[in-house]
Amino acid sequence: MSLLSNASVLLGKELRTEFRSRELLTTTIVFILVVIVLFSFTFDPTSDESRRFAPGLLWLAFLFASSLMLQPCFLREQQNDTLSALRLSVSDPFAIFLAKLAANTVFLLLTELLLLPIFAVMYNVPVMPVLHWLLLVFFLASLGISIAGTALSAISAQARMRELLLPLLMLPLLTPILVASTEVTKSLLDHTPYVQWKGIGFLAVFDMVFLTALWLFGEYLLEE
Amino acid sequence: MWKRAMIGAFVLFLVGAAAYASFFIAPEEKTMHVLQRIFYFHAAAAWAGMTAFFVCFVANLLYVWRRDEKWDALGVSSAEVGLAFITVVLITGPIWAKPAWGIYWTWDARLTSTFVLWLLYISYLLLRTLIEEPDRRALLSALFGIFSFIDVPIVFGAIRWWRTQHPAPVIMGGPGSGLEPTMLKVFFFSVLAMHVLMVFLIAERYRLEKLRTDIELLRREAEAV
Amino acid sequence: MISPAFSPVGLRFENIDKRYGGLLALRGVSLTIAAGECVVFAGRNGSGKTTLLRIAARLVRPSRGELSFTGAPSGSQDIPIRPGFVAHASMVYDELTAEENLLLFARLLGTAQPENRVEALLQEVGLSDRRASRVRTFSRGMRQRVAIARALLHEPAVLLLDEPATGLDPQGVAWLAEAIRRLRDSGRTILMSLHGESEISSLGTRAIRLDAGSITADTRTGGTFRSILTFADA
Repeated sequence: MSLLSNASVLLGKELRTEFRSRELLTTTIVFILVVIVLFSFTFDPTSDESRRFAPGLLWLAFLFASSLMLQPCFLREQQNDTLSALRLSVSDPFAIFLAKLAANTVFLLLTELLLLPIFAVMYNVPVMPVLHWLLLVFFLASLGISIAGTALSAISAQARMRELLLPLLMLPLLTPILVASTEVTKSLLDHTPYVQWKGIGFLAVFDMVFLTALWLFGEYLLEE
Repeated sequence: MWKRAMIGAFVLFLVGAAAYASFFIAPEEKTMHVLQRIFYFHAAAAWAGMTAFFVCFVANLLYVWRRDEKWDALGVSSAEVGLAFITVVLITGPIWAKPAWGIYWTWDARLTSTFVLWLLYISYLLLRTLIEEPDRRALLSALFGIFSFIDVPIVFGAIRWWRTQHPAPVIMGGPGSGLEPTMLKVFFFSVLAMHVLMVFLIAERYRLEKLRTDIELLRREAEAV
Repeated sequence: MISPAFSPVGLRFENIDKRYGGLLALRGVSLTIAAGECVVFAGRNGSGKTTLLRIAARLVRPSRGELSFTGAPSGSQDIPIRPGFVAHASMVYDELTAEENLLLFARLLGTAQPENRVEALLQEVGLSDRRASRVRTFSRGMRQRVAIARALLHEPAVLLLDEPATGLDPQGVAWLAEAIRRLRDSGRTILMSLHGESEISSLGTRAIRLDAGSITADTRTGGTFRSILTFADA
């Protein structure tokens, strides 16, 4: 079976498992909500300050949430050693990563989309006029976070203290995404909104670089 | 044993000579006077640190390819030494900044990127302490090291593009930005001295690592009996 | 069992070492297994049985040496031989039903007409009536049946069983023995690791003992089944 068909079969499994229990999605959404509310206590959310701080806080919240959300990614495959079953069944081990990073991107996007209106209301930022651009940034950034996060969760699943380790590995690595996404979001929510193509291009490059790295080295991450 | 001590003495001499040159041979800079001399350490240490991380990257790649534990030993040695140099950079930065501008940390693009770099390699070393089995530890940390190194230029790029928009004092300027000839010579001599020191430290650390793994091996074999 | 759509395949282990951080789990293991043999591996815990089977399954890379499959028809040289593997862990997803699990793996393996194949296997292992139940609700014996069904999806010529009877009640063991008998009689090459004598060990055509990573006895070179399985000569 080809790489893509393997990956899509696995993606179906990942999505089906999650939508059945919805544990991951609900806990992640609630977590981000809590973080956003807590952040609002640290400054005046209705003032002009909020237009400057809000995008950064939003992306920080997404990053923290994703570093928690990505924990079970490979941990749950350790439960009944299903990872070995997958390795025995797929033609290319990269299919496993492709499926998982696609699933994680979907989950991240879903949480971001659900939280966007709440965020807009709480911080009084105009998202409607630039909605499609925001979606583009969300997509590219979530993809980048998923690619790196999926790879790193394969590493942390094999170490001790994995709950603390995954955020520790992910957050420094993802600082470029934090910076670029915040900047692009900031300029989109500005008084006179504009699209920072530099930032969007940058995110796309990040995604391609790390996807390539994962493709080159992924099978070693799965070795026993 | 004596050979190592002699080499160590030579390295010390070289570093001492570079220090002497920085303080007494290089002409005094117009605006910042004596304070500017820290530049010779700060920038040279930065270059040596980056070289060490590059060595770590190559060692990581070689380990994944060859699975010979000597590459793992080289990887951890160069990461630790690189981290030491980068720590020097992060400490000398504020030491320079405070008297110069009254603030310790300026969020200068290079310093900020260096801080992220520092965090990445701390994570690399921390990851190693959290995996007990030596072969797993070597492979997984090598893979993380590879991802980290790939990230380094991206981090530097992002911060340079977007975090130098507000007017921040640029520490030290670029190494070649209008440096007067003698200063340039002293600078390159400093860089050389730092690199020699780096190689020496990595070699020593590597030796220690091999001893450590040998002892660990003996201990594990003894326990298994 | 369903008439096999495979060609008989043997295995050759050449000087296999497996090192885990300086400890040799396997040392210089060289072994040739002919197509159709049913080999029982005996040995204490930690003797290397599991490692050997996982190397045969290509889940673990040997530190040194080579594993090759012999006797594959010339046309299939590029297609890697995929052994069926059953371990102590069920290797299926608890949150999915038996049917969903098998369909998932059947599709990944590229099995022709996966739905029919899954249907047939569920019948074979006697789980047709529980096909729509989540594996989480299954007993140990039932999980083992799902595991075996999963291992057989692609009609493998080689079957690897790592202590398959662990945790099974006598009824489960009897069922398993019968299933292995039929698999053996259909011409598959079977490697199993076991503890001691049982209904299942008596199905073997050859027994090999491992001690601390090396082969110390082999019925092919003069050992007896009984002594190998019960450490009578230890």
